[in-house]
Amino acid sequence: MTVQELNARREAAKKSFIPGEGSVALRVVVGYATCGIAAGARPVLETLRKEVAALGKTDILIEETGCIGMCQYEPIVEVYAPGQEKVTYVKMDAQKALTVAHKHLANGQVVQEYTIGAATGEARDGEVLPLSKTAFYRKQKRVALRNCGVIDPENLDQYLAMDGYQALAKALTAMQPADVIQTMKDSGLRGRGGGGFPTGTKWSFTAAQPPGKKYVVCNADEGDPGAFMDRSVLEGDPHAVVEAMALCGYATGSDEGYVYVRAEYPIAVLHLEKAIKDAKAAGLLGEDIFGTGFSFDLHVRLGAGAFVCGEETALMTSIEGKRGEPRPRPPYPAIKGLFGKPTTENNVETFANVPQIILNGAEWFASVGTERSKGTKVFALGGKIKNTGLVEIPMGTTLREIIEEIGGGIPNGKKFKAAQTGGPSGGCIPESLIDTPIDYDNLTAIGSMMGSGGLIVMDEDNCMVDIARFFLDFTVDESCGKCTPCRIGTKRMMEILDKITEGKAEEKDLQKLQELAAHIKENSLCGLGQTAPNPVLATMKAFPDEYLAHVKYKKCPAGVCKALLNYFIIAEKCKGCTLCKRNCPVGAIDGTVKNPHTIDTSKCIKCGACMAACKFGAIIKK
Amino acid sequence: MVKKISKIPFSGTPEQEAQLNAVIASYKDDPSQLMTVMQKAQSIYGYLPFEVQVMIADGMDIPLEKVYGVSTFYAQFALSPAGKHPISVCLGTACYVKGAQAVFEHLQELLGIGPGECTPDGVFSLEACRCIGACGLAPVMMIGDEVYGNLKPDMLAGILEKYKKMEGIA
Repeated sequence: MTVQELNARREAAKKSFIPGEGSVALRVVVGYATCGIAAGARPVLETLRKEVAALGKTDILIEETGCIGMCQYEPIVEVYAPGQEKVTYVKMDAQKALTVAHKHLANGQVVQEYTIGAATGEARDGEVLPLSKTAFYRKQKRVALRNCGVIDPENLDQYLAMDGYQALAKALTAMQPADVIQTMKDSGLRGRGGGGFPTGTKWSFTAAQPPGKKYVVCNADEGDPGAFMDRSVLEGDPHAVVEAMALCGYATGSDEGYVYVRAEYPIAVLHLEKAIKDAKAAGLLGEDIFGTGFSFDLHVRLGAGAFVCGEETALMTSIEGKRGEPRPRPPYPAIKGLFGKPTTENNVETFANVPQIILNGAEWFASVGTERSKGTKVFALGGKIKNTGLVEIPMGTTLREIIEEIGGGIPNGKKFKAAQTGGPSGGCIPESLIDTPIDYDNLTAIGSMMGSGGLIVMDEDNCMVDIARFFLDFTVDESCGKCTPCRIGTKRMMEILDKITEGKAEEKDLQKLQELAAHIKENSLCGLGQTAPNPVLATMKAFPDEYLAHVKYKKCPAGVCKALLNYFIIAEKCKGCTLCKRNCPVGAIDGTVKNPHTIDTSKCIKCGACMAACKFGAIIKK
Repeated sequence: MVKKISKIPFSGTPEQEAQLNAVIASYKDDPSQLMTVMQKAQSIYGYLPFEVQVMIADGMDIPLEKVYGVSTFYAQFALSPAGKHPISVCLGTACYVKGAQAVFEHLQELLGIGPGECTPDGVFSLEACRCIGACGLAPVMMIGDEVYGNLKPDMLAGILEKYKKMEGIA
């Protein structure tokens, strides 16, 4: 394909699916990423297809798209019409799809009660509020996710219509490799996998190696539990990653790349493999791209469920078909990486920003964000928050804006306690620091880290000791065992935390925990071990009273740690219905009909069955 | 990570062996494809019994010790067969803070098996997994390829019932 052919195909592609540009009158998209399908998008899509076929309207296009970002409101259907803002229907099912088909698609009547504005309660009576004006969306800025939930990810032409592969054409025909690297440096883009290393600088290290075999690697082994940005990009816009890797190859002098994807993401793998196949067939990958003499080939490798493989040297060892154990650095991957050759490795979100930077220029990108963190960051918002989903915000947005405005606050009238970022390597941000503008340096300064983008919100019902124990349990399980501080140290920390949650610890154990944490951080071989103690240290720092309550007073203030709890019946609230007594598996509840019951704490196994059964809220744990 | 190694006798069929040999033949010149071959082998047999690992080692000309090292390193490789309806409960962070542990414990009670085990009739097996990326629906579990979200412990018996009916054991 030549650049002229690319441009011609872009124009033709626009006519093929954008309403008003060609013969398409309406375009209907159904969110068909993992969460959409799990929430029931399949019957919605089938109903829409069937009904539109029955209406005989051949100018209505019905398509699948990637993640629209509002997991809470899936299944989502959006309708695009010429010259209008799209209409977003949420929490759809087959019945609602039928109504939308008959009213909106057949007759142009928007079904207001199913739209996002009605669902969030933001729309004033009868108004159809566009998604872009909702609190969830208003403060977002989409760069990495720009095509997610917009185009059909399996359709190369739709990516081309959104200026896809234009950045590659521009770089190959009008820029020297050094110009590409300079643009990346000037943009200020930093590694979105969590480390925050400047991307342009990273590329320049590999580029400086003598010519010869070099590799580009994309880290799509998104292991942080609670993060799904990379999955969404690969599912929703796989060509952006393909194009970025080719750009990286051109800049660094490499002709071959590998994408290492978690096997747990079957749809992402499928879309990525199709994207590579289509790009090769169109001449956008392979030999002599755009007739410039530059060649680039791409392969997909599947991970097999090992968290440590998110660490760059371990990932490369895994691509080589071995146990994914990290290698000591130096030598750094830029000098001796995959198969012993110079290698550039970036994560999915980092790559997803690259084509936009090349196309729009470094200044455009650097105009967004804070002084030392440019651009946007995607967060997977989850936990105790009303609007769970995928959000992309300019660097410098505060946590309060994300949680209270975009996220809609904490459900059930509960109180915010902490936000966790950085997963098993990160820390907790307590309420006192919620106004901190988010960027790499600020988050590190307050004892957390950017991480790959998981942002889990916790409320007053979550015990911070239990959360620290949860993350440590994860690292103990995922420690690869190669180096001693991580393999044995995390295990010993875990034992101390077990003692704390069981009420068997003394105050000196807290001291021991901190000493051990310092040793592990200092002496572990790779990032997994070096950061494993962070969740413990961060919670100890932000919630010292909670640790003390467990250790000194043998109480769990949040009411989570079972060993420290007892169940009680409030006599005034108990109606004597006997329901709790009948549900107790160990016969620990005593009482007669219409008289207050009591729990024998010596027999109670603290299963909570009585509390779940009680209809009067008469049972409490403390 | 501790792996449970199967004591169930190997019962591979000649058809399965032919499929595996075809896979090995297409990758045997590239030792870096060992994991790919093992992944394909697991989808042929449902798990990676010792006998299959021996076939892979011989076919790929890679020492058995390396193959065994890889199979025990990665969580995805199973050394014992899964149930007909494998259940995996997500214990990722988003699910955990929304009560996945209670779901996981209640399933163990209902099924009478622990994590990594299979019911004696071979219908269900249970394991915990780390994030399937459907955090918006937390807590979630998968039974086979089907995802169940927004779970509460009291919903579980009803969900299992569906599969029991399917198997005619309800």
